[in-house]
Amino acid sequence: MIEAIVEAIRLAVTKIPEDTFSAIRKAYAEEEDETARFNLGNIIKAIDLGFADRVPVCQDTGTITFFVEAGVESPYLGGLRDLLIEATRRATGEIPLRPNAVDVLTGKNSGDNTGRNVPLIHWEPVPGDRIRIAVLPKGGGSENCSALAMLTPAEGWEGLKRFVVEHVKACGGKPCPPVILGIGVGGGADYAPLLAKKALLRKVGERNPNDKIAKIEEELLTAVNGTGIGPMGMGGRTTALDVRIEVAHRHPASFPVGLVVQCWANRRAFIEIKPDGRVDVWQ
Amino acid sequence: MAVRLKTPLSGDDILNLNAGDVVHLSGVIYTARDSAHSRILKLVGKGELPFDLNGAVIYHCGPVVRKTSNGYGILSAGPTTSARMNRYLDKILSLGVRGIIGKGGMNREPFKDRAVYFSFTGGAGSLAAKSVKRVVDVLWLEELGIPEAVWVLEVEDFPLLVAIDANGSSLYGR
Repeated sequence: MIEAIVEAIRLAVTKIPEDTFSAIRKAYAEEEDETARFNLGNIIKAIDLGFADRVPVCQDTGTITFFVEAGVESPYLGGLRDLLIEATRRATGEIPLRPNAVDVLTGKNSGDNTGRNVPLIHWEPVPGDRIRIAVLPKGGGSENCSALAMLTPAEGWEGLKRFVVEHVKACGGKPCPPVILGIGVGGGADYAPLLAKKALLRKVGERNPNDKIAKIEEELLTAVNGTGIGPMGMGGRTTALDVRIEVAHRHPASFPVGLVVQCWANRRAFIEIKPDGRVDVWQ
Repeated sequence: MAVRLKTPLSGDDILNLNAGDVVHLSGVIYTARDSAHSRILKLVGKGELPFDLNGAVIYHCGPVVRKTSNGYGILSAGPTTSARMNRYLDKILSLGVRGIIGKGGMNREPFKDRAVYFSFTGGAGSLAAKSVKRVVDVLWLEELGIPEAVWVLEVEDFPLLVAIDANGSSLYGR
């Protein structure tokens, strides 16, 4: 089982999901600006090389984050936390990953991507006997551009659009555009960013099932691409590959908006642990 | 046509470059991120910096490294976000550094008349690693860890864009 988790981490860091790769190829085909084509061309070469050589596409293999849908009747639930930590440790040595876990006081790197509260594990108990895990290794450059806005209900959705576009402009080339924007609305100051991060697990072009929200996703995608920031912030047509919104009900006084910016290296993989111990890994 | 340059860079190498030019860089370069910058400036102040940065190129990069039987191999080595190092930029350039490689851009004023900012595509680490011929040395590995240590790398034909030139032109915010 531990080998399967290591393999999922390897898949996530060495291979960019097909939906993302085809969005990048499309951006390259449509781009006219020479500088933007230099960058998109490098991105395409890097993706091909990473998968062929089984080496990390981006050197920032990120903070390893697991989203666990934990079937409460699974016999593997009790030992899962230790398994995920051990798999992270092993993946760091075997793939290898860059060690990215640093003590906040001493600045000392643990050397194996584990430490206090890392890898990050988000637990959600669900009915049934299966465990489904999403692996999201997310880099620091894009994570540094994440933000929370506690808007007033009067500002609402129009305020959200303004906030998102202004924020993307302010970030410029820092988060490695073309980016994918995950947006969480509602819940609270803790929950909106978590929803935003979970939105990154969707496929490119997979819209929110609510038509009105789906329309706002598309409007925002057009608005962000209209900024002209372009690949790596050096101008061009494609600033974002996708925008996704997830929602929770909100307090009547609050309109929390979490924004999580993901770089083009939109890495992810999934694991399912069946009740008999068999494990599926896919992207 | 791409310009071919070799480190250490001279003043003339730099002053002839324009934003938008492609440069194929060869020679030795030094990786440095937040902690390494702070340490370089501290040691220079004491006259104890163990390498010479005159004409040097600094790469904002924390690579993925594999230990091999005869040293280290670089597997993935794209640039990190340079803007974090803006606070060190003027002092670092005053040590004679002629080029910075990174992504996302930096303050442009400090580069004027003395250095250029080269950009490589962020996230394209597997591609950048193909330009690294060998690890010449590594400094401060124990104290700073793999991402923050100074990796002294020999590169060959590393394809870079001149993103901020020494005349004050920049590709950012076009």
